[in-house]
Parts: sequence; structure tokens; C-alpha cells
Amino acid sequence: MRADASEHREDQQERAGGFATLSWIPLKQVYTPHDVEDLDYSRDLGDPGQYPFTRGIHADMYRGRRWTMRQFAGYGTAEETNRRFHYLLENGQTGLSVAFDLPTLLGYDSDHPRARGEVGREGVAVDTLADMERIFEGIPLDQVTTSMTVNGPAAILMAMYVAVAEKQGVPLSRIGGTVQNDILKEYIAQKEFIFPPEPSLKLVVDTIEFATRYMPRWNTVSISGYHIREAGATAVQELAFTLADGLTYVEACLERGLDVDAFAPRLSFFFNSHNDFFEEIAKFRAARRMWAHFMKERYHARNPRSWMLRFHTQTAGCSLTAQQPEVNVVRVTLQALAAVLGGTQSLHTNSLDEALALPTEQAARVALRTQQVIAEESGVANVVDPLGGSYFVEALTSEMERRATEYIDRIFEMGGMIEAIRRGYPQREIAEAAYRFQREVAEGRRVVVGVNRYTIPPEEDRGVPILRIDPELETRQVEKLQQVKARRDDRRVRLALDALRDAAQRDDNTMPAILEAVKAYATLGEMTETLKSVWGSYVEEAVV
Amino acid sequence: MSDAAGPKALPIRVLAAKVGLDGHDRGIKVIARALRDAGMEVIYSGLFRTPEELARTAVDEDVDVVAISILSGAHNALIPQVLEKLRALGAGDVPVVVGGTIPSEDAEHLVGLGVRRVFPPGSDLGEIVRYVRSVARSRAPV
Repeated sequence: MRADASEHREDQQERAGGFATLSWIPLKQVYTPHDVEDLDYSRDLGDPGQYPFTRGIHADMYRGRRWTMRQFAGYGTAEETNRRFHYLLENGQTGLSVAFDLPTLLGYDSDHPRARGEVGREGVAVDTLADMERIFEGIPLDQVTTSMTVNGPAAILMAMYVAVAEKQGVPLSRIGGTVQNDILKEYIAQKEFIFPPEPSLKLVVDTIEFATRYMPRWNTVSISGYHIREAGATAVQELAFTLADGLTYVEACLERGLDVDAFAPRLSFFFNSHNDFFEEIAKFRAARRMWAHFMKERYHARNPRSWMLRFHTQTAGCSLTAQQPEVNVVRVTLQALAAVLGGTQSLHTNSLDEALALPTEQAARVALRTQQVIAEESGVANVVDPLGGSYFVEALTSEMERRATEYIDRIFEMGGMIEAIRRGYPQREIAEAAYRFQREVAEGRRVVVGVNRYTIPPEEDRGVPILRIDPELETRQVEKLQQVKARRDDRRVRLALDALRDAAQRDDNTMPAILEAVKAYATLGEMTETLKSVWGSYVEEAVV
Repeated sequence: MSDAAGPKALPIRVLAAKVGLDGHDRGIKVIARALRDAGMEVIYSGLFRTPEELARTAVDEDVDVVAISILSGAHNALIPQVLEKLRALGAGDVPVVVGGTIPSEDAEHLVGLGVRRVFPPGSDLGEIVRYVRSVARSRAPV
């Protein structure tokens, strides 16, 4: 008896201080009705499909329609990406998601000296409309929805997609999809920026204004916490900084004179789903409730669709390990399950090899199958918000809201997100959290299975096959770019670029000029350089 | 002037660097702070540096170690250029360590070219600090 008791105490001592979420929110041993005493069902939860949508944006959720299984893909050349898209569609994927390479994301053509070694590595290379045409060859744009992960040059890539649709004979009103177009998070986390924050924000509003008028099925911004989290933020920081970015876009559109109910229904969100299962579920539920409150009470939106926070989720790439990579399948499963229980509208599950390289075809298939098992076999999609009313989940949802609201208030007290970025505030908070986490891993206070506990000798770690990108593709891509340049009407290109410069200088909406330049086969780099000549480029003041 | 105990050891100077177009700076920032906490002087390059700029900074700042983080997959194209530029500037003896998403075959290849060591994802922070300290050139006191 005594031995048992002392063992129990020792166990408690060993884990003292260890009972906290990944955001370091302390956890009680057990949650009871006392923890949800302040919760008012109709005010704070509401039925699914009802304001404030804490329990989900649809009354029937996945009973009516499953989440979209939208695996992110893209590498090498347009042809290779087109092949991977056809493969994923044949395997039951229901939406496309394009990854662009770094030169494209930063506005460089494939033949730019800075692009050397980077072409087609982290995504597909796009220089001109010709590449976009090849990516979507044989894929009718009125039958799929496409998400494009691009931010700095989002307006240009969106214009290219529009031009492809026009060539396919699909009216703009019929094309559906998302352009990420969330430039603020680039300064905070992902760091793929081109222009300074103010003109970048103007460019985002240009695309919102254009799509609001002509593309009613298009999500104009995917306000993204994913990268903020990958940069080391906690779940609370991810929630706070993402919503603060979203509020900044809303205010910029209102300043442009747009009606909140005209554009707000097409804003969407993108969150990370990390390892801390309940914290992630609470984060998603808190996000919906907070956004609904902001839109209805602060911005007086009247259309219920303006209140709804719709979101895509990606499992946490940064949680995956290069050691014993097969274990990543388990991590991804739990993260995906949290996203589904949190009510996501679409989901990307990471592949087991992503701590090593871009996914192989087989690894990508296992990742997709993970979603299919959750959807078809687990039964978790049969009931709407099954964790609603759990003392713990509701208390944690409110705690996430409280902590995130503190951050948002602080940002707006500073003068808004652009000012906060200028002061390096979110960047520093994230770097601090990343370092704190990594020290805890180093000290063994945070367990990472296969890395600091349950390790095996490297020679027993058989690893997995990885995707190799052919370095020759860079040469092929540069050749294709030269062919396009040789064939196009140079005069039309010059006139289009002049018109683009004029539009930027006059502070007009740049979308019509971008669209004309795209159709003239002006390159991405030429358009970016033209805009840089007016707006300048952004150089980060590094915060360590 | 040195004190009675002999010349005072100067802190190790490290260039913590990003090269190429990838903006993933979480790793390098964590490393920079860990090295600083361990008493080293850390110069952070900032993002989007070319191999030439890095080598120039390493020489100008007279660093003892260059620690590069790269996640874009462009390591085989960029890291050899960094080594080459360092040699061209007469700083071929500055140890270069690399970390990031680098497959093990590529890591072996880079070590063959002169990189001292490649730290894969999940490497232990303490081990990185110890290693940087062990390979730092011994600096002559002023």
C-alpha cells in the first residue's frame, strides 16, 4: 500500500508543471459544471448553423456535405504538376491546391539570377500565362475548385487563373476557389513578401474589389494562421494574429468604400492543426465565435454569411519528424481528427516524408487515405460538434478566446497590425514561443516521440523513399520562358506594362491592367518589377 | 593588455545565416538565441542572402563559424557556392555548418565538399551548441 502511494506521489511530482497545453495554458485535473458556469448556450454557442457558429457553420455539417479533401501539390514544371493533379483527382480528391515555387512567390522569373537552384523545388514554377494553361490542361475549371497558395504576386496569379478560365470558355461567375492573398502574415511569419505593407494591402483590396464584382464564387483572401504557427507561434498566438490580420483586411475594404456584406462572405481562413488535440478543437471553435462577434457587433454586418468563419486546415508540418518518419502518419491522423471535430470546411493532411522533402506519390496517397478513413470509417462525421457541451472543451474554448482577445486588443492599441509588424511585435512574440518550446524539447520537458524519447539508432531507422527533383527542369523551364518571349507581341507587352505602372501611380485598382498584361504574356517578373518601380520593395528589419 | 591569468579568451563569433529565397527563419532564430545564451556573439544575416553576400559578411565580421539554415531544397545549388566564395575571399578555413530539410545523401555530399556537419530536423539544441563551440577557430586575443 505504502509503496503504491509513494509511487503515485512520485509520478505526480515528476509531472508537476507538465499539465499544460502547447500554448502553456494550465490544465486542471478534471473539469466540472463550475468551469462553464458563465456559459450561456444561445449567446456563446448557439445551435450549429446559428450565430455565433461556435458549434459549426452548418446545421447538418458533414451529414450534408463532407469537408473538401484538398491536398496541396505542385512541383517542378507545369506538366509535372498537371500530371500530379490528374492523379489526385483520379484518386478521389475533390479540390485542387497549387504550390508555387519560391521564385514565383517572390516575383522572380525562372531565368533571374536569384532563381538559380530554386526553380520548381518547393512548388511549380510559373513565369507566364503559358505555364498556367499547362497546369490546368484537361481540367475543366467549372468542375473543380482551386486553391492557390500565393501572396506577394497573388493578384497576378489570380489574373492568370481568370485568363485560363476565359480561354476554356468558363465565365468568371462560375469559377470557384481561393487565392491565399494574405500578405500580412508574410511580414509576421512566412517572409515571402515583395512590396512594403501599405501598397501590398492596397493590392489585396484591389483583388477583393475585383472578385466581389465579377467572381461571386471566389474566396478572395485565405487569412492564414498556418504559417504563423509553423514559425513557432502558440495556438493562442495563431488565433490572435490571424484574426487581427482579418480585421485589418475588413477595415481596409471599408476604407475603400466597399459594403461589408458585399465582401465579408468571401473571406475565408486557414488554420494549422497541431498535436495538442483538445487545444486545437477549442481554437477552431473560439475562432468562429470571435469572428462572428467582430463582424456583427464591431462592423455591423447584417448578412449571416458575413458572420461565418469558414476555414481550411492543414496538419502541422513543423510537428513532423525526420526520425522514424512512419510515426508521422499517427501524428497526422490525430491532427486531422482535431480539425474535423473542430468543424473544418476543407483539409490537407501532410505526408509522412515532409520533414525530409516534398512528398512522393505514395506518401501523398497515404495522407489522402488518412482523411478518407476518418470520413468513411471512423463515424466521427455522423454527429455535428460531438464535443459541444464538454466541460473541458467549452472551458478551453473560452480560455482561448480570452487570451487571444488580449493579444488583439494590444495590437489595436498599438495602432493596428501594420504598426505592430513595424515594431516587430508579433515577430518577437513568435520567436520567443519557438525558442521556449525548443528549449523544453532540449531539456526533455516536452516529449517528441522518436526524437528525444523512444529513439532508435540511426542505422535501424530505415527511413522512407524521397522525391528527387530533377535539376534539369530549371533549364527546361528557362527554355520555355524564352520561347514564350520570342512568340509574344512585344509592343502589346510594353503597352500593358506601361498601363500597369500608370494604374499603380494613379492609385487605381490594378486588376484590369494586370489582367491585360497577363493576356499579353508579360512575365510575372516583368509585372512585379513594374510595380516595384512605383512601390519599392520591402526589406525586413531582422528580429532575433 | 592581458591580465595575470593570461590572455582572455574572446567569445566565439558566429554568423547565423539564411541563404537563397526561403523565408523559414524559425530554425535559425532558435539557433541564434541558443548560441547567444551559450555566450557566443551571433550576427544574424537576415533573409534572402546570396552566397556572395554571406561570404563577404563572414569575412567582414571575422566570424569563427558560419551556421546556415536552409529548407528550400536548393542546398545542393547554394551551399557549394558559399564554400567557393569563402575560399575566394581567403576564408576557406572558416568552418561551415548547415541545418535544415536536407536528405542524408545530400548531407554526405555537402560534407564531401567541405561542410563540417549537417544537422537534420530534430537535432538536439545542446549538441548543436557544443559542436559549434568545438569547431570554432581558436581566435587570437587582441
